[in-house]
Amino acid sequence: MAEESEEMDKLRKIREGDVRTASRLIRNLEDDLPEAKSAIKRIFALTGRAHVIGITGSPGAGKSTLVDALISSFRKKEKTVGVLAVDPTSPFTGGAILGDRIRMQRHAEDPGVFVRSLATRGALGGLSKAVGDAVHVLDVMGKEIIMVETVGTGQQEVEIINHSHTVVVVLVPGMGDEIQAIKAGIMEIADIFVINKADRDGATQLYSELTAMLNMVPEFTGGWRPPIIRIGNVFDSGPFGESMEELAAAIAEHYRRLVEKDLLGDRIRRKTLVEINEALRDAILEPILKDLTESGEMDRIAGRLLRKESDPYTIAEEVARRCLK
Amino acid sequence: MAERKIRIMVAKPGLDGHDRGARVLARCFRDAGFEVIYTGCHQSPEQIAAAAIQEDVDLVGLSCLSGAHRTLFPRVVELLKEQGAGDIAVIGGGIIPDQDFPLLYDAGIMAIFTPGATLDSIVDWVRTNVKPRR
Repeated sequence: MAEESEEMDKLRKIREGDVRTASRLIRNLEDDLPEAKSAIKRIFALTGRAHVIGITGSPGAGKSTLVDALISSFRKKEKTVGVLAVDPTSPFTGGAILGDRIRMQRHAEDPGVFVRSLATRGALGGLSKAVGDAVHVLDVMGKEIIMVETVGTGQQEVEIINHSHTVVVVLVPGMGDEIQAIKAGIMEIADIFVINKADRDGATQLYSELTAMLNMVPEFTGGWRPPIIRIGNVFDSGPFGESMEELAAAIAEHYRRLVEKDLLGDRIRRKTLVEINEALRDAILEPILKDLTESGEMDRIAGRLLRKESDPYTIAEEVARRCLK
Repeated sequence: MAERKIRIMVAKPGLDGHDRGARVLARCFRDAGFEVIYTGCHQSPEQIAAAAIQEDVDLVGLSCLSGAHRTLFPRVVELLKEQGAGDIAVIGGGIIPDQDFPLLYDAGIMAIFTPGATLDSIVDWVRTNVKPRR
């Protein structure tokens, strides 16, 4: 019972916005500790108040700097802000340098801002699960705006971005046929496009390409045509200086439209489907894999495959018959 | 269950833009399999303490080559304690004269590494002395 009340105490602290307790819980979620999962079970019903914004785009596109400028913009409107910044884990050593925070350190002492760096770590679906759960923690802490900044590459990207209500895709000129390269993945779920570093050569061409691409879309869900916002130097009052406010306004407008047109439910459903997918993988696939590995059967399976005595599908069916009754 | 990762923040307090050492160390920690949060130059002790708590790190490594370590290092330890995070270990490195060691140790700096310290010796120190907390 003592444990029970200790856990309730921690959850109360998180609801009151205690940074230490919240950041520890996020750590436990990343490390996949069972007690962290039980905390999510308890807080899940309280979640869903924050506006979650996903920021994605190629490495070096200026995502962190943009997030930093957006923090300032939201803080001026007295909104509390949480940021989850994802950086890659080295596949060779398992270590990571998490550097997104460098761009946001001027907000470190603002109690209305909570910035947390996450490493990709590389487990199947693990990152997306950790991000989704960390979003819940920030939500329960009372953060009104939560920004998720992703690495900008790979299929995991789409899963992670599915945790957000508004998706901002950051593009920069001069990176070749950018639109072609990412068309099929992230481009389709963009709610707002940013052409960052728009004072550079090629920005106009990128703008026209993007406009042409959007012109080919027969119908936009809820009538929302993703706006394209050009941003120059975010700290400059030069050509695109005011466009930071334009971006913040577009983000707020998008959310308003989701609520008004009753589309928020669709976004939450999208998020929930990802979550249940991950929870099932966690509850069903992980124990099976663990069991096969620990009992040494995985080695025998590998051997059978190497000798061509069977094939992966047949083995998977055998395992499924045995384990899923 | 995934393994418990060691999380380290590498920070440069004060007016000192010489971050080569801090960067080399950050990279070395990554190669040792740790997760490293690097916060860049010109950080106030307040910024460093706040970030260390938000990131839930096990260790803060401070680098200072400006000579202000006698003031800045103890202040970080003090701020962490004030905010209920006294369990986060703090170590320091840089141009630090031997006669300053006692003052820094007394202030709660757990180890000091000066020019000549090998990267391996620093990683070994971390592996021996820092255990990820529950």
